[in-house]
Amino acid sequence: MNPVELAKNVYWVGAIDWMTRDFHGYSTERGTTYNAYLIIDEKVTLIDTVKEGYRRELMHRIRNIIDPKKIDYMVVNHVEMDHSGVLPEVIREIEPEKVICSKMGHKALMKHFHQADWPYHVVTPGEELSLGEKTLNFVETRMLHWPDSMFTYIKEDQILFSSDAFGEHLATSERFDDEVNQDVLMYEATKYYANILTLYSPLVKKLIQQVKDMQLPIKMIAPDHGVVWRTNPGKIMEAYSRWCVNEGNGKALVIYDSMWHSTEMMAKSIAAGLLDKGVNYKLLNLQVNHRSNVMCDVLEASAIILGCPTLNNGMLPRMAGFLMYMRGLRPTNKIGAAFGSFGWSGEAVKLMNTAMKEMNFTLVHKGLKVQYVPEHEHLKECIELGHTVGQALLDIREGKEVEEVI
Amino acid sequence: MDKYTCDVCGYDYDPEVGDPDNGVAAGTPWDQVPEEWICPVCGADKGAFEVA
Repeated sequence: MNPVELAKNVYWVGAIDWMTRDFHGYSTERGTTYNAYLIIDEKVTLIDTVKEGYRRELMHRIRNIIDPKKIDYMVVNHVEMDHSGVLPEVIREIEPEKVICSKMGHKALMKHFHQADWPYHVVTPGEELSLGEKTLNFVETRMLHWPDSMFTYIKEDQILFSSDAFGEHLATSERFDDEVNQDVLMYEATKYYANILTLYSPLVKKLIQQVKDMQLPIKMIAPDHGVVWRTNPGKIMEAYSRWCVNEGNGKALVIYDSMWHSTEMMAKSIAAGLLDKGVNYKLLNLQVNHRSNVMCDVLEASAIILGCPTLNNGMLPRMAGFLMYMRGLRPTNKIGAAFGSFGWSGEAVKLMNTAMKEMNFTLVHKGLKVQYVPEHEHLKECIELGHTVGQALLDIREGKEVEEVI
Repeated sequence: MDKYTCDVCGYDYDPEVGDPDNGVAAGTPWDQVPEEWICPVCGADKGAFEVA
């Protein structure tokens, strides 16, 4: 239960959640952490707190360094409950001199905890606050990913406390980027961006530019979930710079659900068509692939081909749920097409096309429907669909315009 | 010309500046901002805005 030192007098005092496997619909197979940071200076400062249930772990870590009553300032970078759930009890115990937050943070704190008498100190963007030897600087990051979000920066140590940006859901005994498996780290960081931040890509782009313009030297990035980037903060910054411009990797995803394997037969033939064109693909059956893992592939894929049979004039619930989830995250810059088997009516293909149109995907095929079980000729049409999407991807690679058919 | 603030995220629409990135030219008063325009920060619609 020891705290971990990031720099002289700057400590990680958060909590490790080895148990969580579902974060409001996001599958967290490797658990997560709730990071909080303690700065010892003339004004002792605590940055963020933890989720309800982890207060004792937080306080115990703090007590290993200092009596919590000596904490003067509390910084709330983000009001979401996994970082603020224990605030009322912690504030009662610590009795801080200031609760530092952004303008929207103040509003959100009031609407969460209904405490008008906390000693709020609302910072304006760019404001500096001296703690004695160290100076804090605050960067407003509205809608990254909540209205209240902000970053805190220690000038002297060049550490950026980035709240929910640059993090990943990963429970480990290690606290730093250089101590963990790099493939696991980057997979979880990708999944985090795909499931939390895709929607805010235009703002991420602006933020990265803003940080460059401010010329803040960044030695370390300390997010609210996962490990602290002490050796290679440039690696995650570079990844965000790539993700926020929706650069495609040239691959296609066939995302589908099936009732009696007819739609699945179609999916496999479409995949064969993609391969004919030399395009790499993944077949992702929603029965066995969790939506948040699928989003991880969607983030960088160049084409999305959706398959679903028609059930009661609509889509199967897993596809409907997946589309609701994907639409919320609003991935952009994708080629799209749809297919599916049907019995007596076949609305699913139209519904999937509509959903993709709403996400501004470029539909390169009008969609393919097959009644009941496909025959050889139908499967040849599926291969053709694969060829059409594959050719569109090859054209994009060569810088050619792709024609939208619906 | 009145400024309008987004009640969701606090973004200020300043008619003198407009929102050129999203097709609203500088100098566009609030009542001439298209109904389908959304807050460039949080995506809320025009109904979420109030006079600053």
